[in-house]
Amino acid sequence: MRILGIETSCDETGIAVYDDELGLLSHQLYSQVKLHADYGGVVPELASRDHVRKTLPLIDAALEESGSTKNDIDAIAYTAGPGLVGALLVGSTIARGLAFAWQKPVVPVHHMEGHLLAPMLEEEQPEYPFIALLVSGGHTLLVEVKQLGDYTILGESIDDAVGEAFDKTAKIMGLEYPGGPRLAKLAELGEKGVYRFPRPMTDRPGLDFSFSGLKTFAANTLRAEGGMDNTNEQTKANIAFAFQEAAVDTLLIKCKRALKQTGLKRIVIAGGVSANVHLRAALGDLMKKLGGQVYYPRTEFCTDNGAMIAYAGMQRFKAGHVSNDAVVKPRWPITELLAM
Amino acid sequence: MSVILALDTSTEACSAAIITDNAEFSEYEVCPREHNQKLLAMVEKVLADAQLTLDDVDAIAYGSGPGSFTGVRITTGIVQGLAYGAQLPVIGVGSLAAMAHGVFRRTGANHIISAIDARMAEIYLGAYHITELGKVNPLMDEVVTQPHDSINHLPKDNWTSIGTGWQTYKTELLAQQAVNQDSVEFFPHALDIALIGKQQWAEGDFTSAELTTPTYLRNEVTWKKMPGK
Repeated sequence: MRILGIETSCDETGIAVYDDELGLLSHQLYSQVKLHADYGGVVPELASRDHVRKTLPLIDAALEESGSTKNDIDAIAYTAGPGLVGALLVGSTIARGLAFAWQKPVVPVHHMEGHLLAPMLEEEQPEYPFIALLVSGGHTLLVEVKQLGDYTILGESIDDAVGEAFDKTAKIMGLEYPGGPRLAKLAELGEKGVYRFPRPMTDRPGLDFSFSGLKTFAANTLRAEGGMDNTNEQTKANIAFAFQEAAVDTLLIKCKRALKQTGLKRIVIAGGVSANVHLRAALGDLMKKLGGQVYYPRTEFCTDNGAMIAYAGMQRFKAGHVSNDAVVKPRWPITELLAM
Repeated sequence: MSVILALDTSTEACSAAIITDNAEFSEYEVCPREHNQKLLAMVEKVLADAQLTLDDVDAIAYGSGPGSFTGVRITTGIVQGLAYGAQLPVIGVGSLAAMAHGVFRRTGANHIISAIDARMAEIYLGAYHITELGKVNPLMDEVVTQPHDSINHLPKDNWTSIGTGWQTYKTELLAQQAVNQDSVEFFPHALDIALIGKQQWAEGDFTSAELTTPTYLRNEVTWKKMPGK
Protein backbone atom coordinates (compact mmCIF):
# COMPACT_ATOMS: atom_id res chain seq x y z
CA MET A 1 0.00 0.00 0.00
CA ARG A 2 1.15 3.50 -0.77
CA ILE A 3 0.39 6.83 0.88
CA LEU A 4 1.01 10.49 0.05
CA GLY A 5 2.05 12.61 3.07
CA ILE A 6 1.62 16.39 3.32
CA GLU A 7 3.24 18.53 6.03
CA THR A 8 2.52 22.30 6.26
CA SER A 9 2.24 22.91 10.01
CA CYS A 10 4.87 25.65 10.33
CA ASP A 11 7.59 26.98 8.02
CA GLU A 12 8.51 23.92 5.95
CA THR A 13 6.48 22.43 3.11
CA GLY A 14 7.20 18.70 3.11
CA ILE A 15 5.70 16.09 0.77
CA ALA A 16 6.53 12.38 0.60
CA VAL A 17 5.34 9.06 -0.79
CA TYR A 18 5.73 6.03 1.46
CA ASP A 19 5.08 2.39 0.54
CA ASP A 20 4.58 -0.13 3.34
CA GLU A 21 6.61 -2.77 1.45
CA LEU A 22 9.13 -0.68 -0.46
CA GLY A 23 9.67 2.02 2.17
CA LEU A 24 10.13 5.71 1.47
CA LEU A 25 9.88 6.30 -2.29
CA SER A 26 10.27 10.06 -2.43
CA HIS A 27 10.38 13.11 -0.28
CA GLN A 28 10.38 16.78 -1.20
CA LEU A 29 11.04 19.68 1.13
CA TYR A 30 10.90 23.42 0.81
CA SER A 31 12.12 25.47 3.78
CA GLN A 32 10.87 29.02 4.30
CA VAL A 33 13.74 29.92 6.62
CA LYS A 34 15.05 32.68 4.32
CA LEU A 35 11.58 34.18 3.97
CA HIS A 36 11.24 34.65 7.74
CA ALA A 37 14.84 35.66 8.46
CA ASP A 38 14.19 39.37 7.90
CA TYR A 39 11.45 39.28 10.54
CA GLY A 40 13.45 37.49 13.22
CA GLY A 41 10.88 34.70 13.49
CA VAL A 42 8.12 32.87 11.65
CA VAL A 43 5.38 35.24 10.42
CA PRO A 44 2.27 33.02 10.31
CA GLU A 45 0.53 34.89 7.47
CA LEU A 46 3.64 34.76 5.27
CA ALA A 47 4.08 31.07 6.08
CA SER A 48 0.51 30.33 4.91
CA ARG A 49 1.01 32.33 1.73
CA ASP A 50 4.16 30.44 0.88
CA HIS A 51 2.60 27.02 1.51
CA VAL A 52 -0.11 27.93 -1.04
CA ARG A 53 2.62 28.46 -3.65
CA LYS A 54 4.77 25.44 -2.84
CA THR A 55 2.55 22.52 -1.83
CA LEU A 56 1.12 21.48 -5.19
CA PRO A 57 4.41 21.70 -7.15
CA LEU A 58 6.06 19.53 -4.45
CA ILE A 59 3.20 17.00 -4.58
CA ASP A 60 3.72 16.82 -8.33
CA ALA A 61 7.48 16.34 -7.86
CA ALA A 62 7.05 13.70 -5.14
CA LEU A 63 4.59 11.68 -7.21
CA GLU A 64 6.92 11.81 -10.20
CA GLU A 65 10.02 10.95 -8.12
CA SER A 66 8.22 7.90 -6.72
CA GLY A 67 6.82 6.90 -10.10
CA SER A 68 3.28 7.05 -8.72
CA THR A 69 0.04 8.05 -10.38
CA LYS A 70 -3.32 8.36 -8.66
CA ASN A 71 -3.96 4.65 -9.17
CA ASP A 72 -0.88 3.76 -7.10
CA ILE A 73 -1.90 5.93 -4.14
CA ASP A 74 -4.17 4.28 -1.55
CA ALA A 75 -4.62 7.20 0.85
CA ILE A 76 -3.62 10.81 1.51
CA ALA A 77 -2.21 11.82 4.91
CA TYR A 78 -1.76 15.39 6.11
CA THR A 79 -0.68 17.11 9.30
CA ALA A 80 -3.88 18.13 11.09
CA GLY A 81 -2.08 19.65 14.10
CA PRO A 82 -0.59 20.92 16.27
CA GLY A 83 0.82 23.96 14.48
CA LEU A 84 -0.08 27.32 12.96
CA VAL A 85 -3.78 27.23 12.07
CA GLY A 86 -3.43 29.06 8.74
CA ALA A 87 -0.48 26.93 7.67
CA LEU A 88 -2.25 23.70 8.69
CA LEU A 89 -5.30 24.71 6.64
CA VAL A 90 -3.28 24.85 3.43
CA GLY A 91 -2.16 21.22 3.69
CA SER A 92 -5.55 20.07 4.90
CA THR A 93 -7.57 21.75 2.12
CA ILE A 94 -5.25 20.57 -0.64
CA ALA A 95 -5.26 17.04 0.79
CA ARG A 96 -9.05 16.98 0.98
CA GLY A 97 -9.54 18.50 -2.48
CA LEU A 98 -7.16 15.99 -4.00
CA ALA A 99 -8.72 13.09 -2.10
CA PHE A 100 -12.18 14.17 -3.30
CA ALA A 101 -11.00 14.22 -6.92
CA TRP A 102 -9.20 10.89 -6.59
CA GLN A 103 -11.84 9.25 -4.38
CA LYS A 104 -9.24 8.26 -1.78
CA PRO A 105 -9.46 8.09 2.01
CA VAL A 106 -7.87 10.87 4.08
CA VAL A 107 -5.75 10.34 7.19
CA PRO A 108 -5.20 13.27 9.59
CA VAL A 109 -1.80 12.97 11.28
CA HIS A 110 -0.52 14.38 14.57
CA HIS A 111 2.66 16.33 13.87
CA MET A 112 4.44 15.14 17.02
CA GLU A 113 3.54 11.52 16.34
CA GLY A 114 5.24 12.08 13.00
CA HIS A 115 8.42 13.25 14.76
CA LEU A 116 8.18 10.45 17.29
CA LEU A 117 8.00 7.79 14.58
CA ALA A 118 10.62 9.39 12.31
CA PRO A 119 13.37 6.95 13.51
CA MET A 120 11.21 4.16 12.03
CA LEU A 121 12.29 5.40 8.59
CA GLU A 122 15.85 4.27 9.41
CA GLU A 123 17.37 0.82 9.10
CA GLU A 124 17.98 0.55 12.83
CA GLN A 125 14.57 0.94 14.46
CA PRO A 126 13.72 0.87 18.17
CA GLU A 127 11.45 -1.84 19.49
CA TYR A 128 8.49 -0.85 21.65
CA PRO A 129 8.34 0.22 24.43
CA PHE A 130 10.72 3.19 24.57
CA ILE A 131 11.14 6.73 25.86
CA ALA A 132 10.93 9.56 23.33
CA LEU A 133 12.44 12.98 23.84
CA LEU A 134 10.82 15.38 21.37
CA VAL A 135 12.72 18.64 21.19
CA SER A 136 12.06 21.45 18.73
CA GLY A 137 11.32 25.17 18.49
CA GLY A 138 7.73 24.50 19.54
CA HIS A 139 7.94 21.46 21.83
CA THR A 140 9.87 19.85 24.66
CA LEU A 141 8.21 16.54 25.50
CA LEU A 142 9.26 13.39 27.30
CA VAL A 143 6.92 10.62 26.24
CA GLU A 144 6.63 7.00 27.25
CA VAL A 145 5.74 5.03 24.13
CA LYS A 146 4.26 1.70 25.24
CA GLN A 147 3.30 0.73 21.73
CA LEU A 148 2.36 2.38 18.47
CA GLY A 149 -0.25 5.03 19.37
CA ASP A 150 -0.08 4.49 23.14
CA TYR A 151 1.61 7.59 24.56
CA THR A 152 1.97 8.91 28.09
CA ILE A 153 3.49 12.35 28.60
CA LEU A 154 6.05 12.08 31.39
CA GLY A 155 7.20 15.70 31.22
CA GLU A 156 7.00 18.86 29.15
CA SER A 157 8.16 22.46 29.23
CA ILE A 158 6.14 24.79 31.41
CA ASP A 159 7.37 27.83 29.44
CA ASP A 160 9.73 28.09 26.41
CA ALA A 161 10.47 25.02 24.32
CA VAL A 162 14.18 24.19 24.33
CA GLY A 163 14.59 25.15 20.66
CA GLU A 164 12.78 28.40 21.38
CA ALA A 165 15.26 29.11 24.21
CA PHE A 166 18.15 28.47 21.78
CA ASP A 167 16.61 30.87 19.22
CA LYS A 168 15.81 33.59 21.77
CA THR A 169 19.26 33.40 23.36
CA ALA A 170 20.82 33.59 19.91
CA LYS A 171 18.80 36.75 19.24
CA ILE A 172 20.07 38.26 22.50
CA MET A 173 23.61 37.45 21.34
CA GLY A 174 23.01 39.26 18.04
CA LEU A 175 22.90 36.13 15.87
CA GLU A 176 20.68 36.02 12.77
CA TYR A 177 17.47 34.00 12.62
CA PRO A 178 17.20 31.06 12.92
CA GLY A 179 19.69 31.48 15.70
CA GLY A 180 19.54 28.08 17.43
CA PRO A 181 21.94 26.23 15.11
CA ARG A 182 24.17 29.35 14.95
CA LEU A 183 24.32 29.51 18.74
CA ALA A 184 25.33 25.81 18.83
CA LYS A 185 28.08 26.56 16.30
CA LEU A 186 29.33 29.51 18.34
CA ALA A 187 29.35 27.28 21.43
CA GLU A 188 31.92 25.03 19.75
CA LEU A 189 34.43 27.90 20.06
CA GLY A 190 33.62 28.44 23.75
CA GLU A 191 35.71 27.39 26.76
CA LYS A 192 34.37 25.08 29.42
CA GLY A 193 34.20 26.35 32.98
CA VAL A 194 34.15 30.12 32.35
CA TYR A 195 30.46 30.43 33.23
CA ARG A 196 28.15 28.17 35.16
CA PHE A 197 24.46 28.36 34.18
CA PRO A 198 21.71 26.82 36.35
CA ARG A 199 19.99 23.52 35.48
CA PRO A 200 16.36 24.63 35.83
CA MET A 201 13.96 22.41 37.78
CA THR A 202 16.50 19.67 38.38
CA ASP A 203 16.70 20.38 42.12
CA ARG A 204 13.26 18.89 42.65
CA PRO A 205 11.56 15.66 41.57
CA GLY A 206 9.55 15.52 38.37
CA LEU A 207 10.12 15.48 34.63
CA ASP A 208 8.88 18.90 33.55
CA PHE A 209 11.20 21.47 32.02
CA SER A 210 11.63 25.23 32.16
CA PHE A 211 13.95 26.99 29.74
CA SER A 212 12.96 30.66 29.84
CA GLY A 213 15.24 31.27 32.85
CA LEU A 214 18.31 30.13 30.88
CA LYS A 215 17.63 32.77 28.27
CA THR A 216 17.38 35.44 31.00
CA PHE A 217 20.56 34.12 32.62
CA ALA A 218 22.37 34.47 29.27
CA ALA A 219 21.05 38.03 28.87
CA ASN A 220 22.22 38.99 32.37
CA THR A 221 25.64 37.41 31.86
CA LEU A 222 26.08 39.30 28.60
CA ARG A 223 25.04 42.55 30.27
CA ALA A 224 27.49 42.00 33.15
CA GLU A 225 30.26 41.62 30.54
CA GLY A 226 29.41 45.01 29.06
CA GLY A 227 26.51 44.26 26.70
CA MET A 228 26.39 42.95 23.14
CA ASP A 229 28.42 45.75 21.54
CA ASN A 230 31.22 45.73 24.12
CA THR A 231 31.69 41.97 24.46
CA ASN A 232 34.35 40.18 22.41
CA GLU A 233 33.64 37.08 20.34
CA GLN A 234 35.42 34.71 22.74
CA THR A 235 33.27 35.88 25.65
CA LYS A 236 30.13 35.42 23.54
CA ALA A 237 31.30 31.94 22.59
CA ASN A 238 31.88 31.15 26.27
CA ILE A 239 28.35 32.28 27.11
CA ALA A 240 26.96 30.18 24.23
CA PHE A 241 28.95 27.19 25.52
CA ALA A 242 27.60 27.56 29.04
CA PHE A 243 24.04 27.97 27.77
CA GLN A 244 24.19 24.88 25.59
CA GLU A 245 25.91 22.88 28.32
CA ALA A 246 23.13 23.76 30.77
CA ALA A 247 20.30 23.08 28.28
CA VAL A 248 21.71 19.71 27.24
CA ASP A 249 22.57 18.76 30.81
CA THR A 250 19.01 19.56 31.91
CA LEU A 251 17.56 17.39 29.13
CA LEU A 252 19.96 14.63 30.08
CA ILE A 253 19.06 14.69 33.78
CA LYS A 254 15.36 14.39 32.94
CA CYS A 255 15.97 11.61 30.42
CA LYS A 256 17.93 9.68 33.03
CA ARG A 257 15.05 10.10 35.49
CA ALA A 258 12.50 9.01 32.91
CA LEU A 259 14.49 5.87 32.09
CA LYS A 260 14.85 5.06 35.77
CA GLN A 261 11.18 5.71 36.50
CA THR A 262 9.98 3.47 33.67
CA GLY A 263 12.77 0.90 33.73
CA LEU A 264 13.20 1.29 29.96
CA LYS A 265 16.53 1.04 28.15
CA ARG A 266 15.70 2.54 24.77
CA ILE A 267 15.36 6.24 23.98
CA VAL A 268 14.36 7.98 20.76
CA ILE A 269 15.20 11.61 20.19
CA ALA A 270 13.52 13.60 17.45
CA GLY A 271 12.58 17.15 16.46
CA GLY A 272 14.80 19.99 15.23
CA VAL A 273 16.99 20.15 18.35
CA SER A 274 17.78 16.43 18.02
CA ALA A 275 20.21 17.49 15.28
CA ASN A 276 22.33 19.17 18.01
CA VAL A 277 25.70 17.41 18.01
CA HIS A 278 26.39 18.03 21.69
CA LEU A 279 23.02 16.56 22.70
CA ARG A 280 23.54 13.48 20.52
CA ALA A 281 27.00 12.83 21.95
CA ALA A 282 25.85 13.32 25.54
CA LEU A 283 22.85 11.00 25.14
CA GLY A 284 25.02 8.44 23.39
CA ASP A 285 27.42 8.43 26.33
CA LEU A 286 24.59 8.19 28.82
CA MET A 287 22.96 5.23 27.11
CA LYS A 288 26.31 3.43 26.78
CA LYS A 289 26.79 3.86 30.51
CA LEU A 290 23.27 2.57 31.21
CA GLY A 291 23.63 -0.35 28.79
CA GLY A 292 20.83 0.95 26.60
CA GLN A 293 20.54 2.46 23.16
CA VAL A 294 19.64 5.80 21.61
CA TYR A 295 17.85 6.13 18.26
CA TYR A 296 17.66 9.17 15.97
CA PRO A 297 16.19 9.98 12.62
CA ARG A 298 18.74 11.04 9.98
CA THR A 299 19.49 14.75 10.25
CA GLU A 300 17.17 15.79 7.40
CA PHE A 301 14.24 14.13 9.17
CA CYS A 302 14.93 15.85 12.50
CA THR A 303 13.28 19.04 11.27
CA ASP A 304 9.74 19.07 9.86
CA ASN A 305 9.30 16.89 6.79
CA GLY A 306 6.72 15.00 4.76
CA ALA A 307 8.35 11.58 5.17
CA MET A 308 7.44 11.29 8.85
CA ILE A 309 3.85 12.32 8.09
CA ALA A 310 3.59 9.73 5.31
CA TYR A 311 5.02 7.05 7.64
CA ALA A 312 2.75 7.93 10.59
CA GLY A 313 -0.14 8.28 8.14
CA MET A 314 0.46 4.75 6.85
CA GLN A 315 0.35 3.33 10.40
CA ARG A 316 -2.91 5.22 11.11
CA PHE A 317 -4.33 4.18 7.74
CA LYS A 318 -3.63 0.52 8.46
CA ALA A 319 -5.38 0.95 11.81
CA GLY A 320 -8.42 2.35 9.98
CA HIS A 321 -8.05 5.88 11.29
CA VAL A 322 -9.37 7.68 8.23
CA SER A 323 -11.57 10.72 8.72
CA ASN A 324 -13.92 12.96 6.79
CA ASP A 325 -13.65 15.62 9.48
CA ALA A 326 -11.82 18.57 7.92
CA VAL A 327 -11.05 20.31 11.21
CA VAL A 328 -7.44 21.28 11.89
CA LYS A 329 -6.24 21.38 15.50
CA PRO A 330 -3.64 24.06 16.30
CA ARG A 331 -3.51 22.64 19.84
CA TRP A 332 -3.78 18.88 20.07
CA PRO A 333 -2.31 16.92 23.00
CA ILE A 334 -0.60 13.76 21.75
CA THR A 335 -2.31 11.83 24.54
CA GLU A 336 -5.67 12.35 22.78
CA LEU A 337 -4.60 10.04 19.97
CA LEU A 338 -6.33 6.69 19.67
CA ALA A 339 -4.24 3.62 20.32
CA MET A 340 -3.52 1.39 17.35
CA MET B 1 -22.41 21.63 -23.24
CA SER B 2 -20.08 23.29 -20.80
CA VAL B 3 -20.17 22.61 -17.08
CA ILE B 4 -18.61 25.05 -14.61
CA LEU B 5 -18.14 24.29 -10.91
CA ALA B 6 -17.66 27.33 -8.67
CA LEU B 7 -16.56 27.70 -5.04
CA ASP B 8 -16.27 30.68 -2.72
CA THR B 9 -15.34 31.28 0.91
CA SER B 10 -13.77 34.72 0.57
CA THR B 11 -16.09 36.40 3.09
CA GLU B 12 -18.48 35.26 5.83
CA ALA B 13 -20.50 33.22 3.31
CA CYS B 14 -19.64 29.75 2.03
CA SER B 15 -21.03 28.71 -1.34
CA ALA B 16 -20.71 26.28 -4.23
CA ALA B 17 -22.50 26.20 -7.58
CA ILE B 18 -22.73 24.21 -10.80
CA ILE B 19 -23.93 25.73 -14.05
CA THR B 20 -24.61 23.82 -17.22
CA ASP B 21 -25.99 25.25 -20.49
CA ASN B 22 -29.52 25.07 -19.20
CA ALA B 23 -29.47 24.62 -15.43
CA GLU B 24 -28.07 26.08 -12.22
CA PHE B 25 -27.51 24.40 -8.85
CA SER B 26 -26.14 26.15 -5.82
CA GLU B 27 -25.60 25.95 -2.06
CA TYR B 28 -25.08 29.06 0.05
CA GLU B 29 -24.75 29.62 3.78
CA VAL B 30 -23.43 32.40 5.97
CA CYS B 31 -21.35 30.34 8.39
CA PRO B 32 -18.15 32.05 9.50
CA ARG B 33 -15.48 29.68 10.88
CA GLU B 34 -17.15 26.61 9.38
CA HIS B 35 -16.05 27.04 5.77
CA ASN B 36 -13.35 24.40 5.94
CA GLN B 37 -15.87 21.81 7.11
CA LYS B 38 -18.73 22.80 4.79
CA LEU B 39 -17.24 23.66 1.42
CA LEU B 40 -16.51 20.15 0.10
CA ALA B 41 -19.89 18.92 1.35
CA MET B 42 -21.48 21.71 -0.70
CA VAL B 43 -19.48 20.66 -3.76
CA GLU B 44 -20.70 17.11 -3.26
CA LYS B 45 -24.29 18.35 -2.92
CA VAL B 46 -24.35 20.49 -6.07
CA LEU B 47 -22.73 17.71 -8.10
CA ALA B 48 -25.35 15.26 -6.80
CA ASP B 49 -28.21 17.69 -7.50
CA ALA B 50 -26.92 18.16 -11.04
CA GLN B 51 -26.47 14.39 -11.35
CA LEU B 52 -22.88 14.94 -12.41
CA THR B 53 -19.44 13.89 -11.19
CA LEU B 54 -16.22 15.88 -11.15
CA ASP B 55 -15.27 14.14 -14.43
CA ASP B 56 -18.18 15.92 -16.13
CA VAL B 57 -16.92 19.35 -15.08
CA ASP B 58 -15.05 21.40 -17.72
CA ALA B 59 -13.48 24.02 -15.47
CA ILE B 60 -13.47 25.18 -11.86
CA ALA B 61 -14.09 28.86 -11.04
CA TYR B 62 -13.12 30.14 -7.61
CA GLY B 63 -13.60 33.29 -5.55
CA SER B 64 -10.03 34.57 -5.51
CA GLY B 65 -10.61 37.44 -3.06
CA PRO B 66 -10.00 39.96 -1.71
CA GLY B 67 -11.56 39.09 1.63
CA SER B 68 -10.57 37.01 4.64
CA PHE B 69 -7.00 35.75 4.08
CA THR B 70 -7.82 32.39 5.63
CA GLY B 71 -11.17 32.16 3.84
CA VAL B 72 -9.64 32.82 0.44
CA ARG B 73 -6.97 30.20 1.13
CA ILE B 74 -9.56 27.56 2.08
CA THR B 75 -11.14 27.83 -1.36
CA THR B 76 -7.75 28.11 -3.07
CA GLY B 77 -6.45 24.95 -1.35
CA ILE B 78 -9.53 22.89 -2.10
CA VAL B 79 -9.61 24.10 -5.71
CA GLN B 80 -5.90 23.32 -6.12
CA GLY B 81 -6.53 19.77 -4.89
CA LEU B 82 -9.66 19.26 -7.00
CA ALA B 83 -8.17 20.75 -10.16
CA TYR B 84 -4.85 18.93 -9.83
CA GLY B 85 -6.60 15.65 -9.09
CA ALA B 86 -9.17 15.94 -11.88
CA GLN B 87 -6.81 17.76 -14.27
CA LEU B 88 -9.11 20.71 -14.80
CA PRO B 89 -8.43 24.32 -15.75
CA VAL B 90 -9.06 26.94 -13.08
CA ILE B 91 -10.68 30.37 -13.43
CA GLY B 92 -10.09 33.08 -10.83
CA VAL B 93 -13.00 35.47 -10.22
CA GLY B 94 -12.69 38.43 -7.86
CA SER B 95 -15.07 38.61 -4.92
CA LEU B 96 -15.85 42.31 -5.44
CA ALA B 97 -16.81 41.67 -9.07
CA ALA B 98 -18.87 38.65 -8.03
CA MET B 99 -20.83 40.78 -5.52
CA ALA B 100 -21.51 43.42 -8.18
CA HIS B 101 -22.65 40.72 -10.59
CA GLY B 102 -25.02 39.43 -7.93
CA VAL B 103 -26.70 42.82 -7.71
CA PHE B 104 -27.13 42.91 -11.49
CA ARG B 105 -28.49 39.35 -11.57
CA ARG B 106 -31.03 40.03 -8.83
CA THR B 107 -32.09 43.61 -9.61
CA GLY B 108 -30.83 44.60 -13.06
CA ALA B 109 -28.94 47.57 -11.60
CA ASN B 110 -25.81 47.94 -13.72
CA HIS B 111 -23.51 50.51 -12.06
CA ILE B 112 -22.30 48.99 -8.82
CA ILE B 113 -19.75 49.89 -6.15
CA SER B 114 -18.63 46.90 -4.05
CA ALA B 115 -16.94 47.47 -0.70
CA ILE B 116 -15.87 44.82 1.82
CA ASP B 117 -14.91 45.82 5.37
CA ALA B 118 -11.19 44.99 5.40
CA ARG B 119 -10.71 45.74 9.14
CA MET B 120 -7.89 48.04 10.26
CA ALA B 121 -10.06 51.04 9.21
CA GLU B 122 -9.91 50.09 5.51
CA ILE B 123 -12.13 48.66 2.78
CA TYR B 124 -11.58 46.49 -0.28
CA LEU B 125 -13.13 48.50 -3.07
CA GLY B 126 -14.17 48.06 -6.69
CA ALA B 127 -16.64 49.73 -9.12
CA TYR B 128 -18.23 47.96 -12.08
CA HIS B 129 -20.46 48.39 -15.11
CA ILE B 130 -22.41 45.29 -16.05
CA THR B 131 -24.37 44.99 -19.27
CA GLU B 132 -25.18 41.30 -19.49
CA LEU B 133 -24.87 38.15 -17.35
CA GLY B 134 -21.26 37.03 -17.04
CA LYS B 135 -19.74 40.28 -18.32
CA VAL B 136 -18.29 42.57 -15.69
CA ASN B 137 -16.36 45.69 -16.71
CA PRO B 138 -14.22 47.16 -13.95
CA LEU B 139 -14.28 50.98 -13.77
CA MET B 140 -11.27 51.22 -11.46
CA ASP B 141 -8.46 49.00 -10.16
CA GLU B 142 -9.53 46.98 -7.12
CA VAL B 143 -7.83 48.48 -4.07
CA VAL B 144 -7.54 48.32 -0.31
CA THR B 145 -8.06 51.88 0.92
CA GLN B 146 -9.27 54.14 3.69
CA PRO B 147 -12.98 54.84 3.17
CA HIS B 148 -12.65 58.62 2.90
CA ASP B 149 -11.62 60.05 -0.49
CA SER B 150 -12.09 56.57 -1.98
CA ILE B 151 -15.02 56.94 -4.41
CA ASN B 152 -15.43 60.70 -4.98
CA HIS B 153 -13.27 60.39 -8.13
CA LEU B 154 -15.94 58.22 -9.77
CA PRO B 155 -18.43 60.07 -12.03
CA LYS B 156 -21.86 60.82 -10.53
CA ASP B 157 -24.11 58.04 -11.76
CA ASN B 158 -27.04 55.89 -10.79
CA TRP B 159 -24.88 53.79 -8.45
CA THR B 160 -25.97 50.81 -6.41
CA SER B 161 -23.87 49.71 -3.44
CA ILE B 162 -23.14 46.29 -1.99
CA GLY B 163 -20.98 44.81 0.73
CA THR B 164 -20.09 45.05 4.39
CA GLY B 165 -17.90 48.11 3.72
CA TRP B 166 -21.10 50.07 3.08
CA GLN B 167 -22.46 49.02 6.46
CA THR B 168 -19.38 49.87 8.49
CA TYR B 169 -18.51 53.12 6.68
CA LYS B 170 -21.95 54.25 5.54
CA THR B 171 -21.43 57.92 6.53
CA GLU B 172 -17.97 58.26 4.99
CA LEU B 173 -18.98 56.61 1.71
CA LEU B 174 -22.41 58.26 1.28
CA ALA B 175 -20.72 61.66 1.73
CA GLN B 176 -18.85 60.95 -1.53
CA GLN B 177 -21.52 59.33 -3.71
CA ALA B 178 -25.30 59.05 -3.64
CA VAL B 179 -26.21 55.36 -4.02
CA ASN B 180 -29.12 52.97 -3.95
CA GLN B 181 -28.27 50.56 -1.17
CA ASP B 182 -28.58 46.86 -1.96
CA SER B 183 -29.22 45.38 1.43
CA VAL B 184 -30.51 41.93 0.45
CA GLU B 185 -27.10 40.30 0.16
CA PHE B 186 -23.75 41.40 1.49
CA PHE B 187 -21.51 38.58 0.32
CA PRO B 188 -20.30 36.95 -2.90
CA HIS B 189 -22.25 33.95 -4.21
CA ALA B 190 -20.68 31.05 -6.11
CA LEU B 191 -23.44 31.28 -8.71
CA ASP B 192 -22.09 34.66 -9.83
CA ILE B 193 -18.56 33.29 -9.81
CA ALA B 194 -19.74 30.45 -12.06
CA LEU B 195 -21.47 32.85 -14.49
CA ILE B 196 -18.49 35.22 -14.72
CA GLY B 197 -16.12 32.24 -14.80
CA LYS B 198 -17.94 30.70 -17.73
CA GLN B 199 -17.48 33.92 -19.69
CA GLN B 200 -13.78 34.18 -18.75
CA TRP B 201 -13.27 30.54 -19.71
CA ALA B 202 -14.83 31.17 -23.14
CA GLU B 203 -12.40 34.07 -23.56
CA GLY B 204 -9.41 31.87 -22.68
CA ASP B 205 -8.85 33.58 -19.33
CA PHE B 206 -7.96 30.59 -17.14
CA THR B 207 -4.95 28.98 -15.46
CA SER B 208 -3.69 25.66 -14.03
CA ALA B 209 -4.07 24.15 -10.55
CA GLU B 210 -0.48 25.03 -9.59
CA LEU B 211 -1.00 28.69 -10.48
CA THR B 212 -4.24 29.02 -8.52
CA THR B 213 -3.47 31.90 -6.16
CA PRO B 214 -5.42 34.13 -3.81
CA THR B 215 -5.80 37.86 -4.39
CA TYR B 216 -4.94 39.48 -1.06
CA LEU B 217 -4.59 43.21 -2.03
CA ARG B 218 -3.17 43.83 1.46
CA ASN B 219 0.45 42.78 1.35
CA GLU B 220 2.79 44.53 3.74
CA VAL B 221 0.99 46.14 6.63
CA THR B 222 0.39 43.41 9.16
CA TRP B 223 3.97 42.37 9.77
CA LYS B 224 7.15 44.31 10.40
CA LYS B 225 10.70 43.53 9.38
CA MET B 226 13.66 43.61 11.76
CA PRO B 227 15.46 46.96 11.90
CA GLY B 228 17.75 47.44 8.93
CA LYS B 229 16.12 44.74 6.74
